[in-house]
Amino acid sequence: MTLASPVLLIEGLTRYFGALSALNGVSLMIAPRERRAIIGPNGAGKTTLFNLITGHLAPSTGRIRFDGAPITGLPPHAVARRGISRSFQRTNLFPKLSMLENLRLAAAADGRGSYDLFGSIERYRAPLDRARAVAESVGLLGRLEEVAGRLSYGEQRQLEVGVALATSPKLLLLDEPTAGMSPEETQRMTRMLEGLPREVTLLIIEHDMDVVSSLADRVTVLHYGEVLAEGTFDEVKADPRVYEVYLGGAG
Amino acid sequence: MIVRLLGVGALVAAAAVFPAVAGAYPVKLLQEILVWGVFAMSLDLLLGYAGMVSFGHSAFFGIGGYVAALALKQSPHALSALVLPALVAALAALVIGFFSIRVSGVYFIMLTLAFSQMFYAYAFQVAWLGAEDGIIGVPRPRLLGLDLANRTVFHLYLVVLVALAALVLWRVVRSPFGHVLRGIQENEGRMEAVGYAVQRYKLLAFVIAGTVAGVAGSLYTQFVGSITPDAFFWTTSGEALLMVIIGGTGTLWGAVLGAAAFILLQSLVSSYTERWMLILGLTFILFVLFAPGGIVGALRGRVGRRA
Repeated sequence: MTLASPVLLIEGLTRYFGALSALNGVSLMIAPRERRAIIGPNGAGKTTLFNLITGHLAPSTGRIRFDGAPITGLPPHAVARRGISRSFQRTNLFPKLSMLENLRLAAAADGRGSYDLFGSIERYRAPLDRARAVAESVGLLGRLEEVAGRLSYGEQRQLEVGVALATSPKLLLLDEPTAGMSPEETQRMTRMLEGLPREVTLLIIEHDMDVVSSLADRVTVLHYGEVLAEGTFDEVKADPRVYEVYLGGAG
Repeated sequence: MIVRLLGVGALVAAAAVFPAVAGAYPVKLLQEILVWGVFAMSLDLLLGYAGMVSFGHSAFFGIGGYVAALALKQSPHALSALVLPALVAALAALVIGFFSIRVSGVYFIMLTLAFSQMFYAYAFQVAWLGAEDGIIGVPRPRLLGLDLANRTVFHLYLVVLVALAALVLWRVVRSPFGHVLRGIQENEGRMEAVGYAVQRYKLLAFVIAGTVAGVAGSLYTQFVGSITPDAFFWTTSGEALLMVIIGGTGTLWGAVLGAAAFILLQSLVSSYTERWMLILGLTFILFVLFAPGGIVGALRGRVGRRA
């Protein structure tokens, strides 16, 4: 596909829940700097795919390689430490902590300073600076001291992406970042994601086709746990099977 | 900040000179409050910061108490009084924590409770720990040439050590590590997802809390001059939990206020009626229902939130 070796290489990934297969033999190859959208109807296995990549679920069979090394079966924190970060479909923040602290905790994740028992937070400039930079890029710089639980829904969604971004990942997985957002908020989020540095490879689950078309280099369509189609947005859109199972229903 | 520092300094000074203005009984009450305050604060590190409800904290209180009793009978030195109890308690916390942090919620409560009750059953039965009578006639140590058998010296020693323990815990909860604990309390799953090896932080918190509880237990032995299996009993853990909750979780000084409220209420009410536990229970219920933030929460509500 491209000259560079893939950042993420998934081979024959399968996950059963009892007798039901949520994901069935999915293979994926994501190139460095690529922005890939995963689309598909509800229950297609999109979030399960994310959970398998990040170690929140163990695959029944199949392999996952990140940056050339196997990560199959690693616990979530170890996957995160290798440079994969994710945002969640349902907002998953530290509601009683300030916005700055939400971002700082992510930026400082498991770093040298985290085991410092007697020092002060201010002693570690890098996580604080990173937190502020991320707050700016997700458009929340004005509300650093606000408690996360008191932010508006749209702001919480922005912060949700911000927390994932603050860990400085090589690969960012976004699970429906615009879910439940107003059209204006969705636009703002899309612009923010477009503005992310290209070094961050992006894998995004998204239902909003405007977001997908403006953001994704390539699109993978999942259906009943299998890859139904893959290609550019226009190629996928023109695929009659995709039209039938997904786009047709959405209009 | 400066106001606060002066306030804390004044409080420590007041506690230090208390024997000069008060009789023997109030001084004993204050010392009891100080010892239990340290124990409750160490539990607050788990309960109020890491969100770990341990119902077996008495294990470390008892270990500290018994190690101090055994060691002081051998040689009455600071090593026996403080270093050894702290080390053994830390080691015990490492082992108990290693198994307990694997589970959470009710299972964590049950497991920690089970461990502490094992210690109780053991101490209650074996001869070398004095079985049900415990260890009595424990001498107070000599420290830096000071004889702690002297009442004034012992009081000052207690105040200084309690202030030190409070200072250590205060630094810990404000450190980067303390902030990680708060993150775990708030949302363990997200901490894991951004890259924290959550179990390691929980274990470290458990060991720190256990170590300080061990020191509290040792101070208790030195204060009373004896230790009994009751130190291990689940009611010891339960009383510390009550103190923390009455005082206000996640504040440290709430734990000390809770210890004061608990002990003062106990001594006050028990001089009028045998049913002091009933009054205490009622107080606890009222607090949980109407002041879920404890004494500190109620105070903050009145003067407005500062922190």
